[in-house]
Amino acid sequence: MEPLFEMEHVGLIDGDTVVLSDVCAKVVEGGITVLTGPSGSGKSTLLRLFNRLTVPTSGIVRFRGDPLDQLDPVALRRQVGMVFQRPTTFDGTCLDNLRAACAPREELTHDHAAVMLARVGLNPEIVDRDSRVLSGGEAQRLCLARTLVTNCEVLLADEPTSSLDAASANVLERLAREFADSGMTVVWVTHDDAQADRLADHRLTIENGRVDG
Amino acid sequence: MAELFGLEAAAPSALSLIAALALVGVAVVLSITQRLGLERSILWSALRAGVQLAIIGVALHFVVEPDQSLWLCWLWVAVMVVFAAWTNRQRAPEVPGAFTLGVVAYLASLSVSLGVLFGFGIFPLESRTLIPLSGMVVGNSLASTVLVGRRIVAELHDRRDEVEARLALGMTSSEAAHPFVRSAIRTALIPQIETTKAVGIVFLPGAMVGLILAGADPLTAVKVQIAVMYLILGAVTTTTAVVGLGLTRQLFTPDHRLVRLPDTSTMRESKGDK
Repeated sequence: MEPLFEMEHVGLIDGDTVVLSDVCAKVVEGGITVLTGPSGSGKSTLLRLFNRLTVPTSGIVRFRGDPLDQLDPVALRRQVGMVFQRPTTFDGTCLDNLRAACAPREELTHDHAAVMLARVGLNPEIVDRDSRVLSGGEAQRLCLARTLVTNCEVLLADEPTSSLDAASANVLERLAREFADSGMTVVWVTHDDAQADRLADHRLTIENGRVDG
Repeated sequence: MAELFGLEAAAPSALSLIAALALVGVAVVLSITQRLGLERSILWSALRAGVQLAIIGVALHFVVEPDQSLWLCWLWVAVMVVFAAWTNRQRAPEVPGAFTLGVVAYLASLSVSLGVLFGFGIFPLESRTLIPLSGMVVGNSLASTVLVGRRIVAELHDRRDEVEARLALGMTSSEAAHPFVRSAIRTALIPQIETTKAVGIVFLPGAMVGLILAGADPLTAVKVQIAVMYLILGAVTTTTAVVGLGLTRQLFTPDHRLVRLPDTSTMRESKGDK
Protein backbone atom coordinates (compact mmCIF):
# COMPACT_ATOMS: atom_id res chain seq x y z
CA MET A 1 0.00 0.00 0.00
CA GLU A 2 1.33 3.45 -0.92
CA PRO A 3 2.22 5.54 2.13
CA LEU A 4 0.32 8.76 2.81
CA PHE A 5 3.48 10.72 3.49
CA GLU A 6 6.98 9.62 2.64
CA MET A 7 10.16 11.43 3.60
CA GLU A 8 13.31 10.72 1.64
CA HIS A 9 16.56 11.98 3.20
CA VAL A 10 14.82 15.06 4.54
CA GLY A 11 16.98 17.64 6.27
CA LEU A 12 16.30 21.06 7.65
CA ILE A 13 18.94 23.50 8.78
CA ASP A 14 17.90 26.74 10.46
CA GLY A 15 20.89 29.07 10.65
CA ASP A 16 23.51 27.09 12.50
CA THR A 17 21.01 24.60 13.94
CA VAL A 18 20.36 21.21 12.39
CA VAL A 19 16.63 20.69 13.08
CA LEU A 20 16.13 17.57 10.97
CA SER A 21 18.86 15.31 9.66
CA ASP A 22 18.54 12.76 6.88
CA VAL A 23 15.02 11.70 7.86
CA CYS A 24 13.67 8.70 5.96
CA ALA A 25 10.24 7.64 7.23
CA LYS A 26 6.67 6.89 6.16
CA VAL A 27 3.24 7.72 7.51
CA VAL A 28 0.67 5.15 6.47
CA GLU A 29 -2.88 5.93 5.38
CA GLY A 30 -5.55 5.44 8.07
CA GLY A 31 -5.53 5.23 11.85
CA ILE A 32 -3.56 7.41 14.23
CA THR A 33 0.17 7.81 13.73
CA VAL A 34 1.75 9.25 16.85
CA LEU A 35 4.96 11.21 16.51
CA THR A 36 6.81 11.17 19.82
CA GLY A 37 10.08 12.49 21.13
CA PRO A 38 11.48 14.86 23.72
CA SER A 39 10.91 18.63 23.63
CA GLY A 40 12.98 20.33 20.94
CA SER A 41 13.58 17.11 19.04
CA GLY A 42 11.94 18.42 15.85
CA LYS A 43 8.45 16.85 16.13
CA SER A 44 6.49 19.99 15.33
CA THR A 45 8.83 20.93 12.50
CA LEU A 46 8.39 17.49 10.99
CA LEU A 47 4.61 17.80 11.22
CA ARG A 48 4.67 21.22 9.54
CA LEU A 49 6.46 19.66 6.56
CA PHE A 50 3.29 17.71 5.78
CA ASN A 51 1.19 20.79 4.98
CA ARG A 52 4.12 22.88 3.76
CA LEU A 53 4.02 25.49 6.48
CA THR A 54 7.70 24.58 6.60
CA VAL A 55 9.83 23.31 3.72
CA PRO A 56 12.94 21.15 4.07
CA THR A 57 16.34 22.42 3.01
CA SER A 58 17.15 19.00 1.52
CA GLY A 59 15.36 15.81 0.57
CA ILE A 60 11.83 15.16 -0.65
CA VAL A 61 8.48 14.87 1.12
CA ARG A 62 5.79 13.02 -0.84
CA PHE A 63 2.02 13.02 -0.36
CA ARG A 64 0.41 9.93 -1.91
CA GLY A 65 3.46 9.61 -4.12
CA ASP A 66 3.61 13.20 -5.34
CA PRO A 67 6.42 15.50 -4.19
CA LEU A 68 4.85 18.22 -2.04
CA ASP A 69 6.69 21.00 -3.85
CA GLN A 70 4.81 20.07 -7.02
CA LEU A 71 1.38 20.37 -5.39
CA ASP A 72 -0.72 23.49 -4.96
CA PRO A 73 -0.14 24.39 -1.29
CA VAL A 74 -3.60 25.93 -0.88
CA ALA A 75 -5.35 22.79 -2.16
CA LEU A 76 -2.99 20.59 -0.12
CA ARG A 77 -3.82 22.44 3.11
CA ARG A 78 -7.52 21.91 2.58
CA GLN A 79 -6.84 18.18 2.28
CA VAL A 80 -4.36 18.10 5.14
CA GLY A 81 -5.82 20.10 8.04
CA MET A 82 -3.96 21.11 11.16
CA VAL A 83 -4.65 22.04 14.76
CA PHE A 84 -1.91 23.74 16.72
CA GLN A 85 -0.50 23.46 20.20
CA ARG A 86 -2.12 26.70 21.34
CA PRO A 87 -5.75 27.21 20.34
CA THR A 88 -5.86 30.21 18.02
CA THR A 89 -9.34 31.55 17.56
CA PHE A 90 -10.03 34.47 15.24
CA ASP A 91 -11.83 37.70 16.16
CA GLY A 92 -15.59 37.32 16.09
CA THR A 93 -18.12 34.66 17.01
CA CYS A 94 -17.80 30.89 16.77
CA LEU A 95 -19.83 31.14 13.57
CA ASP A 96 -17.34 33.68 12.15
CA ASN A 97 -14.53 31.28 12.99
CA LEU A 98 -16.18 28.38 11.22
CA ARG A 99 -17.05 30.49 8.19
CA ALA A 100 -13.41 31.57 7.90
CA ALA A 101 -12.62 28.00 6.89
CA CYS A 102 -15.09 27.92 4.01
CA ALA A 103 -13.69 27.75 0.51
CA PRO A 104 -14.41 30.69 -1.79
CA ARG A 105 -18.05 30.70 -2.98
CA GLU A 106 -18.90 28.19 -0.23
CA GLU A 107 -21.38 29.08 2.47
CA LEU A 108 -21.85 27.73 5.95
CA THR A 109 -25.35 28.09 7.32
CA HIS A 110 -26.10 28.76 10.94
CA ASP A 111 -27.54 25.24 11.31
CA HIS A 112 -24.57 23.57 9.65
CA ALA A 113 -22.26 25.51 11.97
CA ALA A 114 -24.20 24.20 14.96
CA VAL A 115 -23.80 20.64 13.63
CA MET A 116 -20.03 21.18 13.29
CA LEU A 117 -19.83 22.36 16.90
CA ALA A 118 -21.81 19.33 18.07
CA ARG A 119 -19.44 17.09 16.12
CA VAL A 120 -16.57 18.15 18.40
CA GLY A 121 -18.70 17.93 21.54
CA LEU A 122 -19.44 21.64 21.91
CA ASN A 123 -22.87 22.96 22.80
CA PRO A 124 -24.42 24.13 19.49
CA GLU A 125 -25.95 27.08 21.34
CA ILE A 126 -22.54 28.79 21.57
CA VAL A 127 -22.52 29.33 17.81
CA ASP A 128 -23.14 33.08 18.24
CA ARG A 129 -20.87 33.47 21.26
CA ASP A 130 -17.67 35.55 21.01
CA SER A 131 -14.86 33.05 20.50
CA ARG A 132 -12.55 34.99 22.84
CA VAL A 133 -14.62 34.09 25.91
CA LEU A 134 -14.28 30.32 25.43
CA SER A 135 -12.21 28.25 27.81
CA GLY A 136 -8.96 26.71 26.54
CA GLY A 137 -10.58 23.33 25.94
CA GLU A 138 -13.59 24.86 24.17
CA ALA A 139 -11.34 27.07 22.04
CA GLN A 140 -9.25 24.08 20.96
CA ARG A 141 -12.39 22.16 20.01
CA LEU A 142 -13.62 25.19 18.06
CA CYS A 143 -10.28 25.19 16.20
CA LEU A 144 -10.79 21.49 15.51
CA ALA A 145 -14.32 22.11 14.20
CA ARG A 146 -12.98 24.94 12.05
CA THR A 147 -10.44 22.58 10.52
CA LEU A 148 -13.14 19.99 9.85
CA VAL A 149 -15.10 22.60 7.86
CA THR A 150 -12.43 22.23 5.16
CA ASN A 151 -13.46 18.56 4.73
CA CYS A 152 -9.85 17.53 5.21
CA GLU A 153 -8.87 13.89 4.76
CA VAL A 154 -5.87 14.12 7.06
CA LEU A 155 -5.64 15.81 10.44
CA LEU A 156 -2.27 17.00 11.76
CA ALA A 157 -2.42 17.63 15.51
CA ASP A 158 0.55 19.43 17.02
CA GLU A 159 0.43 18.64 20.76
CA PRO A 160 -3.17 19.87 20.86
CA THR A 161 -3.71 18.90 24.50
CA SER A 162 -0.53 20.32 26.02
CA SER A 163 -2.25 23.49 27.27
CA LEU A 164 -5.49 21.78 28.34
CA ASP A 165 -6.75 20.19 31.55
CA ALA A 166 -7.09 16.40 31.75
CA ALA A 167 -10.84 16.37 31.01
CA SER A 168 -10.47 18.50 27.86
CA ALA A 169 -7.49 16.38 26.78
CA ASN A 170 -9.58 13.23 27.14
CA VAL A 171 -12.31 14.72 24.94
CA LEU A 172 -9.79 15.54 22.22
CA GLU A 173 -8.24 12.07 22.38
CA ARG A 174 -11.69 10.51 22.06
CA LEU A 175 -12.48 12.72 19.06
CA ALA A 176 -9.20 11.76 17.39
CA ARG A 177 -10.13 8.10 17.78
CA GLU A 178 -13.61 8.72 16.35
CA PHE A 179 -12.16 10.53 13.32
CA ALA A 180 -9.65 7.75 12.72
CA ASP A 181 -12.38 5.12 13.00
CA SER A 182 -14.42 7.00 10.42
CA GLY A 183 -11.55 6.86 7.89
CA MET A 184 -9.58 10.02 8.52
CA THR A 185 -5.82 9.72 8.97
CA VAL A 186 -4.61 11.46 12.12
CA VAL A 187 -0.96 12.39 12.74
CA TRP A 188 -0.66 13.32 16.39
CA VAL A 189 2.42 14.87 17.98
CA THR A 190 3.04 14.39 21.70
CA HIS A 191 5.88 14.15 24.18
CA ASP A 192 3.56 12.35 26.62
CA ASP A 193 4.36 8.62 26.44
CA ALA A 194 1.13 7.62 28.22
CA GLN A 195 -0.92 9.56 25.68
CA ALA A 196 1.10 8.00 22.85
CA ASP A 197 0.32 4.53 24.25
CA ARG A 198 -3.39 5.33 24.41
CA LEU A 199 -3.64 6.72 20.90
CA ALA A 200 -1.03 5.13 18.66
CA ASP A 201 -1.94 2.73 15.88
CA HIS A 202 1.46 3.50 14.42
CA ARG A 203 4.37 5.30 15.98
CA LEU A 204 7.36 7.33 14.85
CA THR A 205 9.98 8.45 17.35
CA ILE A 206 12.17 11.44 16.71
CA GLU A 207 15.26 12.33 18.66
CA ASN A 208 17.85 14.98 17.83
CA GLY A 209 16.29 15.49 14.41
CA ARG A 210 16.46 11.81 13.46
CA VAL A 211 13.53 9.43 13.14
CA ASP A 212 13.16 5.84 14.24
CA GLY A 213 10.10 3.89 13.32
CA MET B 1 -4.53 80.50 -11.34
CA ALA B 2 -1.59 82.41 -12.74
CA GLU B 3 -2.39 85.58 -10.86
CA LEU B 4 -2.11 83.72 -7.56
CA PHE B 5 1.56 83.19 -7.91
CA GLY B 6 4.13 85.88 -7.46
CA LEU B 7 2.02 87.89 -5.04
CA GLU B 8 4.19 89.67 -2.57
CA ALA B 9 1.68 91.82 -0.72
CA ALA B 10 2.39 90.37 2.69
CA ALA B 11 5.84 88.89 2.12
CA PRO B 12 7.97 89.52 5.20
CA SER B 13 11.31 91.29 4.82
CA ALA B 14 14.59 89.59 5.74
CA LEU B 15 14.74 91.75 8.88
CA SER B 16 11.25 90.75 9.98
CA LEU B 17 12.16 87.09 9.47
CA ILE B 18 14.95 87.57 11.98
CA ALA B 19 12.39 89.11 14.31
CA ALA B 20 10.29 85.98 13.88
CA LEU B 21 13.21 84.13 15.42
CA ALA B 22 11.99 85.56 18.71
CA LEU B 23 9.32 82.85 18.59
CA VAL B 24 12.05 80.25 18.48
CA GLY B 25 13.56 82.06 21.45
CA VAL B 26 10.30 81.55 23.34
CA ALA B 27 10.49 77.82 22.62
CA VAL B 28 14.10 77.72 23.84
CA VAL B 29 13.24 79.61 27.04
CA LEU B 30 10.36 77.22 27.70
CA SER B 31 12.66 74.27 27.15
CA ILE B 32 15.19 75.69 29.62
CA THR B 33 12.68 76.66 32.31
CA GLN B 34 10.82 73.35 32.05
CA ARG B 35 14.10 71.38 31.86
CA LEU B 36 13.02 69.65 28.66
CA GLY B 37 16.57 69.44 27.38
CA LEU B 38 15.44 70.31 23.87
CA GLU B 39 17.17 73.70 23.42
CA ARG B 40 19.84 72.42 21.08
CA SER B 41 17.30 70.41 19.06
CA ILE B 42 15.00 73.43 18.74
CA LEU B 43 17.81 75.73 17.64
CA TRP B 44 19.26 73.13 15.27
CA SER B 45 15.88 72.37 13.68
CA ALA B 46 15.09 76.09 13.26
CA LEU B 47 18.49 76.77 11.71
CA ARG B 48 18.31 73.71 9.50
CA ALA B 49 14.79 74.50 8.30
CA GLY B 50 15.81 78.08 7.50
CA VAL B 51 18.88 77.03 5.53
CA GLN B 52 17.03 74.24 3.70
CA LEU B 53 14.16 76.52 2.71
CA ALA B 54 16.57 79.25 1.60
CA ILE B 55 18.40 76.79 -0.65
CA ILE B 56 15.12 75.42 -1.99
CA GLY B 57 13.83 78.93 -2.54
CA VAL B 58 16.87 79.88 -4.64
CA ALA B 59 16.66 76.61 -6.59
CA LEU B 60 12.91 76.95 -7.15
CA HIS B 61 13.36 80.54 -8.29
CA PHE B 62 15.62 79.21 -11.02
CA VAL B 63 13.53 76.12 -11.89
CA VAL B 64 10.09 77.77 -12.06
CA GLU B 65 11.11 80.43 -14.55
CA PRO B 66 8.31 80.44 -17.18
CA ASP B 67 10.63 79.57 -20.06
CA GLN B 68 12.47 76.86 -18.10
CA SER B 69 12.23 73.30 -19.46
CA LEU B 70 9.76 71.00 -17.68
CA TRP B 71 12.38 68.25 -17.74
CA LEU B 72 14.27 70.01 -14.98
CA CYS B 73 11.09 69.98 -12.90
CA TRP B 74 10.56 66.27 -13.54
CA LEU B 75 14.15 65.69 -12.46
CA TRP B 76 13.38 67.60 -9.28
CA VAL B 77 10.34 65.38 -8.69
CA ALA B 78 12.46 62.27 -9.26
CA VAL B 79 14.97 63.44 -6.64
CA MET B 80 12.07 64.11 -4.29
CA VAL B 81 10.76 60.55 -4.76
CA VAL B 82 14.18 58.97 -4.23
CA PHE B 83 14.83 61.01 -1.10
CA ALA B 84 11.40 60.18 0.35
CA ALA B 85 11.88 56.46 -0.36
CA TRP B 86 15.32 56.61 1.25
CA THR B 87 13.71 58.24 4.30
CA ASN B 88 11.20 55.37 4.40
CA ARG B 89 14.05 52.90 4.59
CA GLN B 90 15.80 54.86 7.33
CA ARG B 91 12.66 55.18 9.45
CA ALA B 92 11.45 51.62 8.94
CA PRO B 93 14.55 49.43 8.70
CA GLU B 94 12.52 46.34 9.63
CA VAL B 95 10.39 46.65 6.50
CA PRO B 96 11.95 44.56 3.71
CA GLY B 97 12.29 46.42 0.43
CA ALA B 98 11.13 49.70 2.00
CA PHE B 99 13.05 51.78 -0.54
CA THR B 100 11.68 50.04 -3.63
CA LEU B 101 8.17 49.93 -2.19
CA GLY B 102 8.39 53.63 -1.43
CA VAL B 103 9.50 54.47 -4.98
CA VAL B 104 6.70 52.38 -6.49
CA ALA B 105 4.08 53.84 -4.13
CA TYR B 106 5.10 57.46 -4.69
CA LEU B 107 5.24 56.98 -8.45
CA ALA B 108 1.81 55.34 -8.46
CA SER B 109 0.38 58.10 -6.33
CA LEU B 110 2.00 60.84 -8.44
CA SER B 111 0.68 59.24 -11.63
CA VAL B 112 -2.88 59.14 -10.30
CA SER B 113 -2.86 62.55 -8.59
CA LEU B 114 -1.04 64.54 -11.23
CA GLY B 115 -2.96 62.72 -13.95
CA VAL B 116 -6.24 63.97 -12.45
CA LEU B 117 -5.02 67.48 -11.61
CA PHE B 118 -3.39 68.17 -14.95
CA GLY B 119 -5.57 65.88 -17.05
CA PHE B 120 -8.77 67.63 -15.99
CA GLY B 121 -7.13 71.04 -16.14
CA ILE B 122 -7.59 71.72 -12.41
CA PHE B 123 -4.10 73.20 -12.48
CA PRO B 124 -2.06 73.98 -15.60
CA LEU B 125 0.96 71.75 -16.16
CA GLU B 126 3.72 74.28 -15.56
CA SER B 127 6.95 74.26 -13.66
CA ARG B 128 5.46 76.38 -10.86
CA THR B 129 2.60 73.89 -10.32
CA LEU B 130 4.41 70.61 -10.93
CA ILE B 131 6.97 70.85 -8.15
CA PRO B 132 4.73 72.14 -5.32
CA LEU B 133 1.95 69.68 -6.10
CA SER B 134 4.36 66.76 -6.36
CA GLY B 135 5.90 67.88 -3.08
CA MET B 136 2.49 67.78 -1.44
CA VAL B 137 1.81 64.28 -2.74
CA VAL B 138 5.14 62.88 -1.60
CA GLY B 139 5.57 64.89 1.58
CA ASN B 140 2.13 64.19 2.96
CA SER B 141 2.35 60.49 2.12
CA LEU B 142 5.68 59.93 3.82
CA ALA B 143 4.47 59.47 7.39
CA SER B 144 1.62 57.15 6.43
CA THR B 145 3.82 54.92 4.25
CA VAL B 146 6.28 54.50 7.11
CA LEU B 147 3.46 53.84 9.55
CA VAL B 148 1.64 51.27 7.41
CA GLY B 149 4.86 49.36 6.70
CA ARG B 150 5.89 49.18 10.33
CA ARG B 151 2.40 48.23 11.48
CA ILE B 152 2.10 45.37 9.00
CA VAL B 153 5.45 43.88 9.94
CA ALA B 154 4.66 44.22 13.65
CA GLU B 155 1.16 42.74 13.33
CA LEU B 156 2.25 39.76 11.26
CA HIS B 157 5.11 39.10 13.66
CA ASP B 158 3.04 39.42 16.81
CA ARG B 159 0.13 37.38 15.43
CA ARG B 160 2.10 34.80 13.53
CA ASP B 161 0.10 31.98 15.16
CA GLU B 162 -3.13 33.38 13.80
CA VAL B 163 -1.69 33.99 10.33
CA GLU B 164 -0.42 30.40 10.18
CA ALA B 165 -3.75 29.07 11.45
CA ARG B 166 -5.38 30.85 8.53
CA LEU B 167 -2.83 29.51 6.06
CA ALA B 168 -3.39 26.01 7.43
CA LEU B 169 -7.08 26.35 6.53
CA GLY B 170 -6.11 26.76 2.89
CA MET B 171 -6.20 30.53 2.68
CA THR B 172 -3.88 32.25 0.26
CA SER B 173 -1.27 34.55 1.74
CA SER B 174 -3.27 37.66 0.82
CA GLU B 175 -6.41 36.20 2.43
CA ALA B 176 -4.49 35.20 5.56
CA ALA B 177 -2.89 38.63 5.90
CA HIS B 178 -6.02 40.61 4.98
CA PRO B 179 -7.34 41.42 8.50
CA PHE B 180 -3.94 42.67 9.61
CA VAL B 181 -3.18 44.63 6.45
CA ARG B 182 -6.63 46.22 6.55
CA SER B 183 -6.13 47.22 10.17
CA ALA B 184 -2.69 48.72 9.41
CA ILE B 185 -3.99 50.69 6.42
CA ARG B 186 -6.89 52.03 8.46
CA THR B 187 -4.51 53.10 11.25
CA ALA B 188 -2.27 54.88 8.76
CA LEU B 189 -5.15 56.67 7.04
CA ILE B 190 -7.18 57.80 10.03
CA PRO B 191 -4.94 60.81 10.91
CA GLN B 192 -5.27 62.13 7.35
CA ILE B 193 -9.02 61.58 7.33
CA GLU B 194 -9.35 63.38 10.68
CA THR B 195 -7.21 66.25 9.36
CA THR B 196 -9.41 66.51 6.29
CA LYS B 197 -12.53 66.57 8.45
CA ALA B 198 -11.15 69.28 10.72
CA VAL B 199 -9.89 71.57 7.97
CA GLY B 200 -11.35 75.07 8.10
CA ILE B 201 -12.83 74.52 11.57
CA VAL B 202 -9.91 73.49 13.75
CA PHE B 203 -7.10 74.81 11.60
CA LEU B 204 -6.43 76.68 8.39
CA PRO B 205 -4.07 74.73 6.19
CA GLY B 206 -0.72 76.03 4.98
CA ALA B 207 -1.45 76.53 1.30
CA MET B 208 -4.54 78.60 2.01
CA VAL B 209 -2.88 80.66 4.72
CA GLY B 210 0.10 81.26 2.43
CA LEU B 211 -2.11 82.51 -0.38
CA ILE B 212 -4.13 84.78 1.90
CA LEU B 213 -0.97 86.20 3.46
CA ALA B 214 0.36 86.78 -0.04
CA GLY B 215 -2.71 88.88 -0.83
CA ALA B 216 -4.96 86.43 -2.66
CA ASP B 217 -8.74 86.62 -2.39
CA PRO B 218 -9.81 84.20 0.42
CA LEU B 219 -12.41 82.54 -1.81
CA THR B 220 -9.77 81.85 -4.43
CA ALA B 221 -7.46 80.57 -1.71
CA VAL B 222 -10.22 78.25 -0.50
CA LYS B 223 -10.73 76.84 -4.00
CA VAL B 224 -7.03 76.07 -4.26
CA GLN B 225 -7.05 74.55 -0.79
CA ILE B 226 -10.00 72.30 -1.58
CA ALA B 227 -8.16 70.93 -4.61
CA VAL B 228 -5.04 70.46 -2.49
CA MET B 229 -6.89 68.68 0.31
CA TYR B 230 -8.50 66.25 -2.12
CA LEU B 231 -5.12 65.75 -3.73
CA ILE B 232 -3.51 64.92 -0.40
CA LEU B 233 -6.30 62.59 0.71
CA GLY B 234 -6.18 60.68 -2.56
CA ALA B 235 -2.39 60.59 -2.60
CA VAL B 236 -2.04 59.34 0.97
CA THR B 237 -4.65 56.64 0.37
CA THR B 238 -2.94 55.50 -2.81
CA THR B 239 0.57 55.33 -1.36
CA THR B 240 -0.65 53.59 1.79
CA ALA B 241 -2.58 50.99 -0.18
CA VAL B 242 0.30 50.35 -2.58
CA VAL B 243 2.77 49.89 0.28
CA GLY B 244 0.30 47.70 2.20
CA LEU B 245 -0.44 45.38 -0.69
CA GLY B 246 3.11 45.36 -2.04
CA LEU B 247 4.60 44.61 1.36
CA THR B 248 2.21 41.71 1.90
CA ARG B 249 3.56 40.07 -1.24
CA GLN B 250 7.10 40.43 0.08
CA LEU B 251 6.34 38.95 3.48
CA PHE B 252 5.09 35.66 2.09
CA THR B 253 6.78 33.11 -0.12
CA PRO B 254 5.18 32.19 -3.46
CA ASP B 255 3.93 28.96 -1.81
CA HIS B 256 2.02 30.93 0.84
CA ARG B 257 4.33 30.71 3.82
CA LEU B 258 5.01 33.64 6.13
CA VAL B 259 8.70 34.55 6.09
CA ARG B 260 10.61 35.03 9.32
CA LEU B 261 10.05 38.56 10.58
CA PRO B 262 12.12 40.69 12.95
CA ASP B 263 10.82 41.22 16.47
CA THR B 264 9.81 44.85 16.18
CA SER B 265 8.83 45.23 19.83
CA THR B 266 12.49 45.75 20.76
CA MET B 267 12.88 48.23 17.88
CA ARG B 268 9.73 50.06 18.97
CA GLU B 269 11.03 50.31 22.53
CA SER B 270 14.45 51.56 21.49
CA LYS B 271 12.92 54.15 19.13
CA GLY B 272 10.52 55.21 21.87
CA ASP B 273 13.42 55.75 24.26
CA LYS B 274 15.07 58.24 21.98
